[in-house]
Amino acid sequence: MSDRTVYLDHAATTPMVPAAIEAMTAELAQVGNASSLHASGRRARRVLEESRERIAQAMGCRPGEVVFTSGGTESDNLALKGVYWSRRAADPRRVRILSSAVEHHAVLDSLHWLADREGAEVELLPVDATGRLRVEALRETVEHDPGSVALISVMWANNEVGTLQPVTGEDGVDSVVAIAAAHGIPVHTDAVQAIGAVPVDFAASGADALSLTGHKVGGPIGVGALLCRRELEVTALVHGGGQERDIRSGTSATAAIAGFAAAVELAVKQQAEYAAAVGALRDRLVDGVLRAVPDAVLNGAPLQPAGPEDPTLRRLPGNAHLSFPGCEGDSLLMLLDAHGIECSTGAACSAGVPQASHVLLAMGQSEEEARSSLRFSLGHTTTEAEVDRLVEAIGPCVERARAAGLSR
Amino acid sequence: MSGGVDSAVAAARAKEAGHDVTGVHLALSRNPASYRTGARGCCTIEDANDARRAADVIGIPFYVWDLSERFHDDVVEDFMSEYAAGRTPNPCLRCNERIKFAAVLDRALALGFDAVATGHYATLREGADGLVELHRSVDAAKDQSYVLGVLTQEQLRHSLFPLGDTPKPQVRAEAAERGLLVADKPDSHDICFVADGDNAGWLREKLGDRAPNSGGAIVDESGEELGRHEGTYAFTIGQRRGLRLGRPAPDGRPRFVLDIEPVSGTVTVGPREHLAVDRLTGIRPRWAGAAPEGTLEGPDVAVQLRAHGGEHRARLTVVDGGVEIELVDPAYGIAPGQAAVVYDGSRVVGSATISATRRAAVGVR
Repeated sequence: MSDRTVYLDHAATTPMVPAAIEAMTAELAQVGNASSLHASGRRARRVLEESRERIAQAMGCRPGEVVFTSGGTESDNLALKGVYWSRRAADPRRVRILSSAVEHHAVLDSLHWLADREGAEVELLPVDATGRLRVEALRETVEHDPGSVALISVMWANNEVGTLQPVTGEDGVDSVVAIAAAHGIPVHTDAVQAIGAVPVDFAASGADALSLTGHKVGGPIGVGALLCRRELEVTALVHGGGQERDIRSGTSATAAIAGFAAAVELAVKQQAEYAAAVGALRDRLVDGVLRAVPDAVLNGAPLQPAGPEDPTLRRLPGNAHLSFPGCEGDSLLMLLDAHGIECSTGAACSAGVPQASHVLLAMGQSEEEARSSLRFSLGHTTTEAEVDRLVEAIGPCVERARAAGLSR
Repeated sequence: MSGGVDSAVAAARAKEAGHDVTGVHLALSRNPASYRTGARGCCTIEDANDARRAADVIGIPFYVWDLSERFHDDVVEDFMSEYAAGRTPNPCLRCNERIKFAAVLDRALALGFDAVATGHYATLREGADGLVELHRSVDAAKDQSYVLGVLTQEQLRHSLFPLGDTPKPQVRAEAAERGLLVADKPDSHDICFVADGDNAGWLREKLGDRAPNSGGAIVDESGEELGRHEGTYAFTIGQRRGLRLGRPAPDGRPRFVLDIEPVSGTVTVGPREHLAVDRLTGIRPRWAGAAPEGTLEGPDVAVQLRAHGGEHRARLTVVDGGVEIELVDPAYGIAPGQAAVVYDGSRVVGSATISATRRAAVGVR
């Protein structure tokens, strides 16, 4: 065993980049409430607004469209509840919310809450075996009664299996945005996993609201943003000073926001190189693991585009999600952890009780298959040596986990 | 690690003894959130968090293992069907036999661990014959060797009970010294999956239509009906409270449940002295060491019949498929389904599940 930790859980959170640490720590030493009128306040306000502009520039939107929040979960809550309430207030018939079966819990649990408490009719649309939304099912559902749809929310990239969703048009027709636009229905997308990994341009995407968070792109934990078009009505969730366009209140977290902006800017600037470098490491990882454990199965979309006829990449470059038949994912995770190798079962935990992943179940896997999987997610600090450490350890660990069986 | 003080100190001691220790909390409820408000058992979210914090402080890795299905099938279902059959099971023994020292142990061994350590108050000693012996704890009031009486030599060989040599108050003090926040957490007493401690209510809800009878008569020993009840599962042999009989006994003395007949639903009540039994038949024997042959007797041979009951001097005869136990003095309120754990001095010899009881001196009841 080596004493160096092999961190392969970047989709959970990734280390802060030096530029973000620098921007944040510089600001931590300063005094000033961005809402104050004096010089210290004006200085803080300037940092806040410059950060907003940097994010707007990087994300392809106007500064006024950036609403700072505490992170991805709050952004998702604000988008879903805020837009639902506004749309329903404008027309009480609009009670349907359409989404996919593979969303993050920040979306799913908000939707369940709206269904339980606010009379929303939530429809979670099916995905194919790679975890990609069946767009034709969405079209059918929308066209069944477009006037009753309050909003559509589909993630940009899945956090567990890394599958990219057809949010924005590849050919201009078969996309969530195209279907929604035909009926004037607003679209929200949770792009928390996508920023810096694949090109994301808010204006060009045609989406009306987009969630992002700091700590998945090398910024700090506890800060994020909801990008929302000026025209989109969003009812506030958190009331108070109205600091963020009256949509979100709370003293502006200047230091965290400065770090967040630096991280987003860098991540977007380096996206292409990052995707190439991390993608190559990910391919090395998958290749090595499949050689060590020949019956392991890669879940989600293929690593590379299908070919010249279909040149579209459908998977996050840093994601490797694999099933190890006959293993309990938890056992395997524990054994790897004991070797200093950190990964995730990618499953939701309540009280730390592992549940079979709703994403894998939606992809048509059985409970047993779903429980036999692990997510390895790579990031900007991942090295070849780390990947090789995993490849070396995985065979014996799988053997041992298999002996422990699918004990339930 | 249940989230209580005992398993936390046991883990700390095991680590200090030089073992490579990993903390495991068992998720035993299929829906942990449902127990959120009844934080008395061992399967609430708060308990999992307490266990996790204890592991942090001790400095060991920590995981939650989901054994809810195994627990439901092997322990909860058994508890229900035993009550439905008019017997009185002890689910803690069952859990030790099937879950903690079976499912958990098997998985641990396969994953490369050597033993399961728990916070039970009992001690292990190396016997003269090379076998591992299970003995009572030094803290007689906290002794838990009874609920471990189902463990076989193979299970005992892979067990550690680091608390057996210490009285409970000292364990609490040690927890406080070690900075464990669970130091003054109250002990759990009730059955962990019956959150509010109301066994009869829990059984009524869970058994529903599966109860063999929806009600029946409460009769005296002459067969005269004294009242009605809603289901035999609410009764246990020796029970005095909750009979809800309209009129007192002619002699004015309290009445106790003497017999439960699950098929007809008849519950027979009578005076305390009719509860006395001194002959027990035990089935499903499990031996801590080599199975005894013939008859086991002597001044130190005794049986314990409940988790917190006293010892009864006894003579034990191994018969085909079980044991016959003769008590020197009669015991009261002994129900089929209870475990008889056999001791020779402080050493656990083994256990059997009581299948029948009778009073030799006054004839078969």
